[in-house]
Amino acid sequence: MNGFGGTIVRINLETGGIKRTPTPEKFAREWMGARGFVAKTIYDEVPRDADPLGPENILIMAPGVLTGTFAPAGSKIGFGCISPATNGHADSNMGGHLGAEMKYAGYDMVVFERISPEPVYLYIDDDTIELRSASDYWGMGSLDLEKRMKDDLGEDFQIATIGPAGENGVVFSCITHDFGRQAGRCGVGAVMGSKKLKAIAIRGSKSLPVHDLPTLTKSTCDIIQRTKTHPLMEPWQKYGTALFVGWSNDHGCFPSRNFQTTYHEGWEGISGEKLAEEILVTHKACFGCWINCGKYSRAHIPGKPDVYVEGPEYETIALCGGSCGMTNIHDVAYANYLCDNLGLDTMSGGNTIGFAMECYEKGIITKDDLEGHELRWGNIDDFENIIRMIADRRGIGEVLSYGTKGAAERLGQGTLAFAHQAKGMEFSGYDTRWYSAQLLSYCTSDIGAHHNRSWAITADIQIGQDTPEGKAEVVIYLQHIRPLFDTWCCCRLFWGEVDVTAEEHVDTIRYITGWDVTLEECMKISEKIWNLTRSHYLERNGGPGRRFDVAPARQLEEKVPSGPAEGHRVGIENFEYMLDDYYYNRGWDKNGNPTREVLEILGIPYVADNLEKAGLLGEPFEDGVPEVRGRRLKPKAM
Amino acid sequence: MKIRVAKENCTGCKLCMQICAIQHYDEINPKKAAIHIDAEFPDPGVYTPKLCVQCGKCMEACPVNAISLVGDAYVIDPETCTDCGICVEVCPFGVMFVHADAPTPIMCDLCMKCTEVCNTGALTVVE
Repeated sequence: MNGFGGTIVRINLETGGIKRTPTPEKFAREWMGARGFVAKTIYDEVPRDADPLGPENILIMAPGVLTGTFAPAGSKIGFGCISPATNGHADSNMGGHLGAEMKYAGYDMVVFERISPEPVYLYIDDDTIELRSASDYWGMGSLDLEKRMKDDLGEDFQIATIGPAGENGVVFSCITHDFGRQAGRCGVGAVMGSKKLKAIAIRGSKSLPVHDLPTLTKSTCDIIQRTKTHPLMEPWQKYGTALFVGWSNDHGCFPSRNFQTTYHEGWEGISGEKLAEEILVTHKACFGCWINCGKYSRAHIPGKPDVYVEGPEYETIALCGGSCGMTNIHDVAYANYLCDNLGLDTMSGGNTIGFAMECYEKGIITKDDLEGHELRWGNIDDFENIIRMIADRRGIGEVLSYGTKGAAERLGQGTLAFAHQAKGMEFSGYDTRWYSAQLLSYCTSDIGAHHNRSWAITADIQIGQDTPEGKAEVVIYLQHIRPLFDTWCCCRLFWGEVDVTAEEHVDTIRYITGWDVTLEECMKISEKIWNLTRSHYLERNGGPGRRFDVAPARQLEEKVPSGPAEGHRVGIENFEYMLDDYYYNRGWDKNGNPTREVLEILGIPYVADNLEKAGLLGEPFEDGVPEVRGRRLKPKAM
Repeated sequence: MKIRVAKENCTGCKLCMQICAIQHYDEINPKKAAIHIDAEFPDPGVYTPKLCVQCGKCMEACPVNAISLVGDAYVIDPETCTDCGICVEVCPFGVMFVHADAPTPIMCDLCMKCTEVCNTGALTVVE
């Protein structure tokens, strides 16, 4: 099959059994890759009462249709499972070179089932697939282990690892690859750890079949030449995502001190410019990407060893930096390194530690909880102490290892009001009190508050920051188009930043596969996945859906105390208005439950049957599905 | 013409490897490229593109005279080459690459395609 490796692998970690089957073209066409493959497989196979960290959960890794091809930045690979953070569908993707290598070895999806009796790693060298002992590697840091395995196996293996946090089941543990690229969110590293799977090593040398190589080559070469001179190319190459630290502060959406305010005094010390000036070692790209947003850095802090780290990128700066009160780029880079090597997501990790710092400020967490240490804003020693406690799940670290929601439930005392999460997953690095579409994005997301689903800050600006009207439709558009890139498995940046159109990406898929696919068809697939993962969440957690689409009280009720967004908050009425509008625009009922009509239009009537059996199917609309649901393409406001 | 390598500009994206295999084999397979990138991580964090510097040692060593200078580049005649591997062994820079599916060792013929896709100045054409 053109564009794919051709084989799906199932590995029973308990028995060591390895089974290969051809990738069905129907499955590939209908679900396209990573996020689609993962959503469909998990929905169909994982029992609804399976413990996320138990033997019945499965862990999947899957590249997509564009991975490893000559498409612009076809670098991505997705990991999926049931999330220990949200108890719902999880998918998290990474760039780097692992996905391409997996396709060159000939594989489109690996499904890990059950739990290994001993620590193991997966070894793939083209047709050779083995589970090998990882007893010598257990306990090692993610980055340390990648270096060790490169030494042991060869530099040309692509390697993904988990750190001690993943072994210990911290719910925001990540999977790390290429010395700093992560499948960071949803706790996929904890699920990998629960399976006693310490690492994955892949080497592939096969050619990837494509339908029309000359046209594909010409198309990508033309896009390269055209985008080289795009005005945003140079700043992106220079600063990466850290470029936006100043912009976010200027626009009052940068989290400072656990989202207490949205303009961070001293942000200049942790800006992209400061990164480039003081700590940059080299620019670093994912496979097939000429934007090279990756910044590889060295942090120097007197009294600590110098450390190398990829980053810090925007989200890490916002959440380990701003939200933890830091103003020094070396401190942020060091915090980034600690998260990476311990195997923790810098986003949920930084967010959770910012939350803990506010608890310390309020006297809810004390020195006694911290083994005699303090937990002061902006203090890197305190940060290091608490993050090691979290990775080890020692003392208060055990409480915080469940993330902000789990910690707030255990700490009580009103802490949930300033736990910045949705469905158990922490906010990305954007405060939403002046950006209601972004709040709606976070709270309606299938995996929790991650901006990869919908980043609506500029849409808020275009539509009007103070109105709740017109937000739902834009959020739905974004929730379909943005995750589509995680399904195709190319980076969103070319579309989002240097004007490569979604249509051009679809053209690329046509050249690669020979399918007569359209953007409209792809958007429908994305909507299908969205409805599937929503239904899956409800089937696991009960209904109605609306009761899970909840915003933190601070975002709704507390006015921003300083900076450009001073005086703003979303307000409960506005939020409820947006939810009503959102469900209507999706063709769901007022409770936020998907309806049979929509699920049938999307080609997944069996999901409606399942919802009906569970008593979770949305009430039908009297006059049929609202016409607005079909309006899938770009709203005017975009 | 030659290719100038500025390794400090290399970001490890492998576009050069992809276009090289497309140009010479009509295949998507960076492992079949005449250019490879060494990555030294985590310390010191350096990428080094490696490709033929046109020193000619391979031509001197070839027992069947399959390698000759054509224009500025040494090239292998696949009809004559017996794939004995001696050129790979004698290459002082380790830039004669081998792939199981390639009929001969793979070496740079200065087609310059890699310089066209490189967006960082790591690979440029010099007269």
